[in-house]
Amino acid sequence: MCGIIGFIDRTKSRMDGSSIKAALSLMNERGSGDGAGYAAYGIYPEYADYYALHVFFDNLGESKKKVDELLEQWGKIVHQEEIPTTPQPGIKKVHIPWRYFFKPSEDLMAGKMASENDVVTYIVMEVNSNVKGATIFSSGKNMGVFKASGWPEDVANFYRIQDYKGYIWLGHNRYPTNSPGWWGGAHPFNLLNWSVVHNGEITSYGTNQRYVEGYGYKCSLFTDTEVVAYLFDLLGRQHGLSYEMIVKALAPPFWDDIDRMPAKEAELNKAVRLTYGSALMNGPFAIVVGTEDGIVGFTDRIKLRPLVVGENGNRLYISSEEAAIRVLDPEVKNVYTPRAGEPIIGRFIE
Amino acid sequence: MTLGSVPPKFKVSIDRDQCMDCGRCIENCSYGVYRREGDKILIESRKCTGCLRCVAMCPRDAITLTEKPIDYRSHPLWTREVREDIIKQARSGKIILSGMGNARDLPVIYDRLLLDACQVTNPSIDPLREPMELRTYIGKKPSKLNFRKTESGDVELETKLAPNLKLNTPIMIGHMSFGAISLNAQLSMAKAVTELGTYMGTGEGGLHRDLYPYQDHMIVQVASGRFGVNIDYLERGAAIEIKIGQGAKPGIGGHLPGEKVNEEVSRTRMIPVGSDAISPAPHHDIYSIEDLVQLIRSLKEATEWKKPVFVKIAAVHNVAPIAAGIARSSADAVVIDGFRGGTGAAPKVFRDNVGIPIEVAIASVDQKLREQGVRNEISIIASGGIRSSADLAKSIALGADAVNIGTAALVALGCRVCGNCYRNLCPWGIATQRPELVSRLDPERGAVQVSNLIRGWTMELSELMGAAGINSIESLRGNRDRLRGYMLDEGMLKILDVLPAGA
Repeated sequence: MCGIIGFIDRTKSRMDGSSIKAALSLMNERGSGDGAGYAAYGIYPEYADYYALHVFFDNLGESKKKVDELLEQWGKIVHQEEIPTTPQPGIKKVHIPWRYFFKPSEDLMAGKMASENDVVTYIVMEVNSNVKGATIFSSGKNMGVFKASGWPEDVANFYRIQDYKGYIWLGHNRYPTNSPGWWGGAHPFNLLNWSVVHNGEITSYGTNQRYVEGYGYKCSLFTDTEVVAYLFDLLGRQHGLSYEMIVKALAPPFWDDIDRMPAKEAELNKAVRLTYGSALMNGPFAIVVGTEDGIVGFTDRIKLRPLVVGENGNRLYISSEEAAIRVLDPEVKNVYTPRAGEPIIGRFIE
Repeated sequence: MTLGSVPPKFKVSIDRDQCMDCGRCIENCSYGVYRREGDKILIESRKCTGCLRCVAMCPRDAITLTEKPIDYRSHPLWTREVREDIIKQARSGKIILSGMGNARDLPVIYDRLLLDACQVTNPSIDPLREPMELRTYIGKKPSKLNFRKTESGDVELETKLAPNLKLNTPIMIGHMSFGAISLNAQLSMAKAVTELGTYMGTGEGGLHRDLYPYQDHMIVQVASGRFGVNIDYLERGAAIEIKIGQGAKPGIGGHLPGEKVNEEVSRTRMIPVGSDAISPAPHHDIYSIEDLVQLIRSLKEATEWKKPVFVKIAAVHNVAPIAAGIARSSADAVVIDGFRGGTGAAPKVFRDNVGIPIEVAIASVDQKLREQGVRNEISIIASGGIRSSADLAKSIALGADAVNIGTAALVALGCRVCGNCYRNLCPWGIATQRPELVSRLDPERGAVQVSNLIRGWTMELSELMGAAGINSIESLRGNRDRLRGYMLDEGMLKILDVLPAGA
């Protein structure tokens, strides 16, 4: 089950979070009240050059001290605060959501950590696997993830989602079956500017996990979806593949189809499968990924999970259900279901 | 003081009421268990190896072969085998020879690993109705791809792929040389792999001309003896394997007894008729990883960089760093052979005591290569005691790209694992060069049997993958998440990086 939704306004015109809350709540039958979350891009224009680190703290004592120390060691915190929340009867507050606006120090960038993104990735992995009582669940610029255990409307009200304005929104209504229903396990999963919402189950998780861990990522959130964020970061940021090519690696055409392609195209597809075989994702999935310049939606190779696309002018919507899209935009046009493995990409207009 | 004779291992008997005195047992037993005296067939049980040819060929099911009950005082430590070996050595002062793989009753890790299956939340896939991809490419892969945009805006691949072998199923047949086994046995397997779109090894015996039609599916071998190796041989193979070690006898070389070296073997191996073919333990031009690199590159240079070069090592305690060294040495695949690997002839003490299980070797090699960031660039081929499609699936889940089978393919040809391969008397026409025995194996029928086996395993692998909700072999490779350990200790689970059952 699980309900996913994502949309982009290609002109970067921002929309508040109330309508995505309504759209996601429409799919409550796809959830179980064990997790919901939102990702919004464009919400921190005043800190656009800083990494917005959203952290779940179990307490503001030892665990926060350790995170503060680590951040101060690697750069500068320009602002920090508790993420504003409103208590909800349906949500038991088990963590304190906190946010930092952080800039890595250029002086420390060398070798394997040659860029700001490398430093932030390192900090996320370090905190999530080694600092007890702290989980960094969002680490991009001018964006943020908000998630908890609860129903979509409760989570939205808890974080006051309607107060944020973004030009990309993702939402997820969770029905966990394979992993614990805890705050960190709710979607979206994020690393840097990559955020992932997912409906399904990745049966190749063990392979994908071992693959990304060979590149220094550490899967510590007990959920298969986490690895998708790292795969996008590895293939997209580190290897420089286009979104089309990433989807080709994660949900490639079948060999029979490749064999029928013209020679050059077949060669390219073969090279992708040979090189990125360990990144290939199996099992049922429908995924929407938020990126720094758009959204990418795709399903598994035999389309075991639903995905619907709708467009209206500069807006592109992707969701598990057409009805959810119609809540966001009753005037939506060109509604269709993409083919298995076909990438749906929405980019900003330059 | 005399040692006396040791009691026979088997007791052969004929039900005289059933027997029709056709004499097939006499004809079929190359070990001379049966002989005719007057109007009676006499039995000499002492000569029996348990190959079961007589039982299989008796038209009346008149022959019974049993392992003899206690002829020694039973003792848990001083077993019959221990005492017999001592007696043999007290008599001869020599190394005890043996054939086939490790025969000790050690726990099999494969049997303590359990595979996963989908239930409600993710659907299992029916391989009969949905695509199931077992195609595997063995060889070097780039760590990443580079693309360029053409003027017209098209994306073009900039990275050039190294030559890879395309396998339709991740099952290959390992190296068993002409000499160790018969030409008919090799022909059977060569026809099978060609039909199925996979590969077999020639062993270090050269390539018999009758196998030339199948050369595109044969991997040629360069072992320390360099038997049969010349440029023609290298150019004929689909790939080249440098054999450093073998699971049945790590640290020692090969030995083909002179009695197996007839005219044909002599010509193919390029050695004199009747001479023992000894491959020494070390390659006399490899004393370091640098030397290995040189040999790999020389072989590639000689074949114009068109063929992948594999390096085969035995699974030993330090196998992971050795494999990592090989991964960085320009090799395209590392073949790891576990301590259950078979052989035509090995000192028994090696076969039964040296090396480590293939399961842990795959896991630790895969782990080390990942830690060093080179796992993706080299293929891992596992061998040594792969008995079923389940062993195959578990090997891949532990991190192998493909497996080599050996004994299993011979069993498909009729082998009863009697372990007397070094005697040139194999009554099944497999491990022998005697024309009258070799002719018992029909290569056409043998090919059908071997291809049936591989086809059956391939279908079972598809079903196992489908049950796990996986439709591409890439997603099973290294997928330790789909394995659980049962009755394995914590240390072993850690090495295998597998959770215990129930977790």
